[in-house]
This record gives sequence, structure tokens and C-alpha cells, in this order.
Amino acid sequence: MAAIYSLYIINKSGGLIFCKDYGSAGKMDTNDSLRLASLWHSMHAISQQLSPVNGCAGIELLQADTFDLHCFQSLTGTKFFVVCEPGTLHMESLLKYIYELYTDYVLKNPFYEMEMPIRCELFDINLSQAVQKDRVALLGR
Amino acid sequence: MQFFGGSEISPSPPPPTVSGNNAHMLYVFNRNGVCLLYREWNRPLKTLNPQQDHKLMFGLLFSLKSLTAKMDPTSAEKGNLGVPQLPGQGCSFHSFRTNTYKLSFMESPSGIKIILVTHPRTGDLRESLKYIYNLYVEYVVKNPLYFPGAPIKCELFNSTLDQYVRGLG
Repeated sequence: MAAIYSLYIINKSGGLIFCKDYGSAGKMDTNDSLRLASLWHSMHAISQQLSPVNGCAGIELLQADTFDLHCFQSLTGTKFFVVCEPGTLHMESLLKYIYELYTDYVLKNPFYEMEMPIRCELFDINLSQAVQKDRVALLGR
Repeated sequence: MQFFGGSEISPSPPPPTVSGNNAHMLYVFNRNGVCLLYREWNRPLKTLNPQQDHKLMFGLLFSLKSLTAKMDPTSAEKGNLGVPQLPGQGCSFHSFRTNTYKLSFMESPSGIKIILVTHPRTGDLRESLKYIYNLYVEYVVKNPLYFPGAPIKCELFNSTLDQYVRGLG
């Protein structure tokens, strides 16, 4: 079972609202994560411009030499993306499940302000359970 | 008679991954971002004029490369985001997929970038891009009339490329 390296959530204007690392080599500081998030936001938008046919919704999967990046964009423009080992399966369903957790534990939290960084304990707990390697396989149903 | 290689191109072309013509367009850039070649087979949607389109494509690849180099989770020393890197240095990428297209990318050590845009369900095209690079070397680089950095206008290259990409899927 392949590993997940990190998870990012960015709001509709490209700001990083959640970032969790699950064991990448070399720590990235907060500024770098913020820059990467907004860079991804722009690349996602540009890829729609370059589509040869109508109806492009942006990059879903980026295959790099040492990792895969799966991205899911919700209807409201919030983007979720995971960085994982090349060839990891069931990432689409994991992202959908994380979106579910986000709607349940973040959006329904009365103390959460929209588009602001996520600090919700219940979300963290449920997320770490979902990302556990053996659970990811179960999501593949 | 066979002055520019003719049929002895090595290696032999990889087998097609899918059937039916599904290539949208192909770009070749040199390391300075000059578009050496642009071919399109099937592109109903054009949002920009050709020049801006090429610039945007090159910019996208350049930025995606700096993103992957910075994000690389397997190396500890990655430098700063956006620092220019030589071809082959740092973590690069070979393709990305959206719901409407798939873009395959290859960069040679001399900085030649070959980009092929195809249907989203196309398989791995890395071998095909290598083969196209081989065609470029055989028919363009070895052409004595070709001046490096100039747009490619070699008839033999264009026709062979066209034939290969149409057969590709």
C-alpha cells in the first residue's frame, strides 16, 4: 500500500486554509506551503484556459517523477489535493470522503468562519483516521 | 539517397496505446521558450491568439516544473520556490490530466520541450514522446539547412510526425 505524503485544502481565492504533512522528506515552512497553494490555484486556472475543447474543470491528476498529485475541486471552488506515491489508487474517493468530512465537521461548525484557516479538532481526528493506509483501501469499495 | 536517416530511425516506434485519432495538438519549445513547432489536429476551442497561447503554455509548464521541484516529497534539499533549474535538475513531471484533455510533457537535456495534448483517457505516452524527439533529432537537427532556434519548417519531419501522431491513437 502506497503512502500519502501530504494534504492541502485551498479556498476559492487560492489561500491555503489547511495543510497536513504525513511524512515528506525535508520540512517545508509555512510561507512555502502558502506559495505552493496559490501557485497550484493559478496553474489550475490556466489549465482551463488551454483546453482544446469546452467544459474543462482544471487539473485532476499531475504525475511527477516522484509523486502523484490528485486534486478535487468542489462546486464552490474549494480545492482539495493530496500528494501521494506514484500509482496510489483510490485517491478520488479519498478526496471525496475528505470533502464529506469538511462539510460535516468544518462547515457545520458554528465557530468556523468561511475561507479562514481550519482549526477544528473533530475534523483533524476524523481526517487522520481516513488517511490511515488501511482505511484508504476500504474507501475504494 | 537516404540522406537524413530515412527508415533507420532507432528505436522503432512504440505500439499505439489506444485506437482512433485522439491527439489534439503538439508543441515544441526550445529552452528559451520560443515555440519551434505548433501543430493542431483537433481543436474546436480557441480562447487566445496563437502567440499568447504559446506563451501561456510555456508559462504553465515552467511554473508546474517549479511547483513539482519544490513539492518533491522524497528529497530534503529542494532550494527555494521559483529558482530556475537546468533541464534534468530537480523533480519534473511527465503528464497531467483534466476532465477534457491529457497533456504529456518531455524535456530533453538540451532544454527542448515536447508537449502532446490528447484525449484524457490516453495511456502513458512517455515512449511516444521519446520517439517524437528521435524524429526531431533525425529530421530537424541533422538537416543542414536548419538553423537552431528557428521555427521548424522541415517537410519530411512534418509529414512523418503527422503520420506517427495520427497512427498513435
